[in-house]
Amino acid sequence: MNSTALWYTTRATGIVALLLLTATMVLGIATTNRARARRWPGFAQQEIHRRISLLAVVFLAIHVLTSVLDTFVSISWVSAVVPFTSSYSRLWVGVGTVSLDLMLAVLVSSLLRSRMKPGTWRGLHWLAYLSWPVALAHTFGMGTDAAEPWVIALGILCVLSVGSALVWRFQVVARQKRIGAAAAAAGDAVEPQKHLALTGGGRGSRS
Amino acid sequence: MTRHAGGTLPDTDRYGLLGHPADLAGHLRELGPLPIPRVVDHAWRQALVDALEASGLSGRGGAAFPAARKLAAAQRDDRAGVIVVNGMEGEPASDKDKVLLTRAPHLVLDGAQLLAASGGADRIVVCIPVGRDAVAGAVVSAIAERLAGGHVHTLEEVVRPPDHFVAGEESALAQWIDDGRSLPSFRPDKSVRLRIGRRSALVHNAETLAHVALIARLGPGAFRAHGIPEEPGTSLVTVTGAVARPGVVEIERGTPLVDIVARATPTTAIAALLVGGYGGTWIGPRHFDTPYASIPLRTIGASAGVGIIVALGAPACGVVETARMARYASLQSSGQCGPCVFGLPALAEDLSRLAKGSPDPPLMTRLSRRLEQINGRGACRHPDGVVGMVRSALEVFGTDMSAHLRGEPCAHRGRPTQLQFPVPIEV
Amino acid sequence: MTRLQLSIDPVACDAYGYCAELLPEAITLDEWGYPVLDGKCLPPELLVLATRAARDCPRRALTLRETKRPD
Repeated sequence: MNSTALWYTTRATGIVALLLLTATMVLGIATTNRARARRWPGFAQQEIHRRISLLAVVFLAIHVLTSVLDTFVSISWVSAVVPFTSSYSRLWVGVGTVSLDLMLAVLVSSLLRSRMKPGTWRGLHWLAYLSWPVALAHTFGMGTDAAEPWVIALGILCVLSVGSALVWRFQVVARQKRIGAAAAAAGDAVEPQKHLALTGGGRGSRS
Repeated sequence: MTRHAGGTLPDTDRYGLLGHPADLAGHLRELGPLPIPRVVDHAWRQALVDALEASGLSGRGGAAFPAARKLAAAQRDDRAGVIVVNGMEGEPASDKDKVLLTRAPHLVLDGAQLLAASGGADRIVVCIPVGRDAVAGAVVSAIAERLAGGHVHTLEEVVRPPDHFVAGEESALAQWIDDGRSLPSFRPDKSVRLRIGRRSALVHNAETLAHVALIARLGPGAFRAHGIPEEPGTSLVTVTGAVARPGVVEIERGTPLVDIVARATPTTAIAALLVGGYGGTWIGPRHFDTPYASIPLRTIGASAGVGIIVALGAPACGVVETARMARYASLQSSGQCGPCVFGLPALAEDLSRLAKGSPDPPLMTRLSRRLEQINGRGACRHPDGVVGMVRSALEVFGTDMSAHLRGEPCAHRGRPTQLQFPVPIEV
Repeated sequence: MTRLQLSIDPVACDAYGYCAELLPEAITLDEWGYPVLDGKCLPPELLVLATRAARDCPRRALTLRETKRPD
């Protein structure tokens, strides 16, 4: 495969991986928020989240493969996994490597989930919140297509998607805290750590 | 409400939890030395299990598990152990463990030493909640006396967990000692031992340990000489409510409930008895002569629980008092399980509406459904206790319930409660 | 043949409700969104779904246990 083809593949798969990662983030936040699409059961939403994340990893793997194989610039296998060791564009390739490492940690932890404590798995899964902005930084920091209007538009779309999902998340958390605070105001000994699954109201309201 | 510990067994009988001197010298003079040999061998360990088996002693902390079996299980465990003395007594209406630990700390500690030697434990931890400094002080002084007198085989220490209602649940206690979080665990298989760090924990109510100490010295026969054959021995019971002399009495198992209450001198006609604490059961007048023992109580839908009898004196409203207990219980959830966190306040709300005499039409069906749904779905027995107590109230206070359902006003909401709560409870 | 029973850890459960979606024959939700088990042994035809439900539970609260119950 000639260098140009590799280069185009690297760029294309990078963009697609970023979009898929963005979709994964939004779906993951929706799952935590207990969002329920009308026709889709919750377990299916979770399954979609998982499959899109795996698809993102596939595109990411191709992206890394073609960037290493491309002889036009020098990126070794080592620098694909060890950050800031590439001779080409040390900083921004390094940033990309950081994002890759974080995603690998999330992936591996999910594969080995049954072998670890739930708290450990959740802690590692939170690294996803870090890997996304780092991936975004890598995309625009590398500069290859960063000036293209459509790439900028896609970037803005990604930021808006995850941004609004995060705002939504904070709203849901605040509402849960309000329920907990109401319980505390009523004199509860301990603030409940539980989630009220019904989105429609306060405590035990469906009577 | 003033308290005093009253009631001991006839002087001719040395078996008694509350009749002996509290200081170490007096304790040893009356009861002799702690019967642990200098070299503890397998034969001695087995002998203690056999003695407990022969005595028929079961736990006095509510679960009533046979003490011999618990010890035998601990012996089979290879890991070093911890003896946890449960002096938490979370039920507001209970005083027996406070009284026992203040008046007979050496009995309790002796029992712990015996189990430690027999069960392979190298640590004894006495748990007394924050806020009970007098009790803690008594135990700390007793420990100091023992250290000074060289009577300690296994190291004893006092710790002060928080004073929540569920903090005395045995898995919550073990967890607190382990990592400072007082939270019950989900234990589908109770035969799996509780752990504190790398050690196995053997948790016993303080009173049970006192019995162990007496049985080891006086023999299982002395224990069996009291009570009834199916359920031998004595028990400490706290009697409160509409009585002139509230307090802790030592009674023989199998004593009719009405006789136990008589020891505290009721001040008025008794409308109902609450047996087993706020997670226990209401009992109506036709069952007042039920013997205080597991099987007779179970046939009327009750259990001995942790040795509490509250006498509800007429005139009173069981509905209002039940609503108060449900509210209190809902405030004592440890916050871990959905059916408890959301279910208990919902129950309390329904009962509060009933108490106010402003029920909505579907209230009783909703209440029954909730009782069914909450039961057995928490990690610990806390919600189950509330459900059992409310169900018994529906049965015993049927007339009052109907009146409240019809919306008739009840004067008792405004009157002070005959129960005790550590915080003011409004319904 | 070993009989299996569903078991839910109420401390871990956080009312996601996926188990009730996958196994409506055996699991219903109470009014607060928490799962209620019927207490019966798991019929063999539900085993695949039950395994999936246990794996999909975000809190790993649902497990399958062997039981010695006669039914």
